[in-house]
Amino acid sequence: MIQEPIKAETVEMTYREAVKQAIRDAIKRDERVFLMGEDVGRYGGCYAVSHGLLAEFGPERIRDTPLSESGFTGAGIGSAMAGMRPIVELMTVNFSLLALDQILNTAATMRHMSGNQFGVPVVIRMATGAGRQLAAQHSHSLEGWYAHIPGIKVLTPATLEDARGMLWTALQDPDPVLIFENVMLYNMTGKLAADAGPVDIAKAAVRREGRHISLITYGGSLWKTLEAATALALEGIEAEVIDLRSLRPLDDATIMASVAKTRHAVVVDEGWRTGSLAAEVGMRIIEQAFWSLDAPLGRVCSEEVPIPYPRHLEQAALPQAAKIVAAAKAALGKS
Amino acid sequence: MTLAADKPRLTREHLLNLLKQMLRIRRFEDKCSELYTQEKIRGFMHLYDGEEAVAVGVIPILDKRDRIVATYREHGQALVRGVPMTTVMAEMYGKQEGCSRGRGGSMHLFDAATNFYGGNAIVGGGLPLAVGLALADKMWRNDLVTACFFGDGAVAEGEFHESMNLAALWELPILFVCENNLYAMGTALALSESETDIHRKAECYRITSEAVDGMDVVAVEAAARRAVHAVRESRKPYFLECRTYRLRAHSMFDPQLYREKSEVEARRKSEPILRFEQWLQDNHMIHPDELPRLEAEIDAEIAEAVAFAEAGTWEPVEQLTRFVYADATEATGRVTP
Repeated sequence: MIQEPIKAETVEMTYREAVKQAIRDAIKRDERVFLMGEDVGRYGGCYAVSHGLLAEFGPERIRDTPLSESGFTGAGIGSAMAGMRPIVELMTVNFSLLALDQILNTAATMRHMSGNQFGVPVVIRMATGAGRQLAAQHSHSLEGWYAHIPGIKVLTPATLEDARGMLWTALQDPDPVLIFENVMLYNMTGKLAADAGPVDIAKAAVRREGRHISLITYGGSLWKTLEAATALALEGIEAEVIDLRSLRPLDDATIMASVAKTRHAVVVDEGWRTGSLAAEVGMRIIEQAFWSLDAPLGRVCSEEVPIPYPRHLEQAALPQAAKIVAAAKAALGKS
Repeated sequence: MTLAADKPRLTREHLLNLLKQMLRIRRFEDKCSELYTQEKIRGFMHLYDGEEAVAVGVIPILDKRDRIVATYREHGQALVRGVPMTTVMAEMYGKQEGCSRGRGGSMHLFDAATNFYGGNAIVGGGLPLAVGLALADKMWRNDLVTACFFGDGAVAEGEFHESMNLAALWELPILFVCENNLYAMGTALALSESETDIHRKAECYRITSEAVDGMDVVAVEAAARRAVHAVRESRKPYFLECRTYRLRAHSMFDPQLYREKSEVEARRKSEPILRFEQWLQDNHMIHPDELPRLEAEIDAEIAEAVAFAEAGTWEPVEQLTRFVYADATEATGRVTP
């Protein structure tokens, strides 16, 4: 597992714990911040992210809500417009569709529609992605859809540093920010600097350097892509791995700099292939770096099927290291 | 005409102001309708003709610091709240001097200076927003009231249910004002609701509620006074159903196939402005020359608003993508040069 250079003292923790520390820190630092969502309090959070926070901060700042996604997401938006800095937790991206009216029609439009009079500094967190055999209504990766919407920002923390650091920066942002936490990352363990703090939320990161091909990905797929890069290295192929971190805005400069160097690119995206974020990234490469390319672009996305329950079918539906290796070799003309 | 016992100041001046506010809305919208046919105003435009007593009865009862959430049929609310008629008209034109810089148009009037939170054109979508504004006031320990206007159509939305429940459960200081004009676009209330006595729905959430004749501005004002006082003191929601009637089409594109002309004509006889004028005359509260004077004042204000809108400027196309984010330079990422 690759982490940022280790500074000073480090502590070992899970991604889940990093998210929790980010929430704790934000609530302590800013009296305007509160967490709101289904089962965030007494239950401790659907994925146990907020376990223990109710006892520490009380029910006003760790606010359990009824199963009213549109209602409490709208309440987060309204309270943000009135000066609070709410963190709204939607259990999964599939449930967020019940709040899509508020996210798209209110949060994303408000600043523009009101002629810049009202901004919506809300942060909306949710779990995304497959791999836990939760089948077709709890496993999808719709962050690419959200990245389609002007007026919001879309973050996909893949590392402990980002899980710990993106939230505070997002809360400082004057506009709505959506944070997608891949469900397969919550149990991931790693070392985090004891003094880890806020990180930027606008730049992509090069997680592994290489000169033969750019593998561009984000979120849960980052680790599969790094695994693929390790495998490719054994065959003499040096892959550069780009973690997009932010899907909106996209950091074109980092992508194009990498492609200019490697002259080959494969985009790895857990969303469905058709109309995917991978398509957007690929098209931007065509628009901006076409003459740098030595070969057609490749994509590894989820298969076009609702995520099935049986493990072997679920895994077959998702991007995997072996598929990424194959796509990279195809792009390089090596089979 | 209702004369409730708890109306504290039915002075002649006050009554004439109620009349003037209703006339302001009516005559402003008559002008808008004319300007629409001249294609000065485009898009969807929803007129408030017949419903003026609701905004005029409720909004002046609110404190300046209070918050208002309205719908796409909100010209009346904006004008009564004190959004300048000049900037409202410029917004109707789409000029950058408009109250939403021209970005919103008729359906999206916003004004931070008067805590006017729009101009929300997804039916029911303003209710969760109002819940959030009131939640913030509760958490800040403010004594503000949020007034949330919506129509009978919104009652069928899930967001209505969610918002009623949240407001009651969390004890939020919201005045819900249901403008029941009997039609959700073209669908009659009886064709869309199993319970047509709307204020009773609020009771299911243990929200104090009442229904009032929304064509009677004095009755609406008296009810609003009770309601706002109750919200401010109890810090709990209150539900006011104002039974009214839309005398014009839903929007400028509506041929009104869903109701008989005779129904509209009958309703026209009890419309709030004529009715109030008649009542003022019967009670010798208005001199014969006062109505023309009020109308002349309003017409001068409208003429000024039209001149302001006509003289307004179009936002340069180069600024198209402004206001999507607070800082546009970092917001959109760089798209193809």
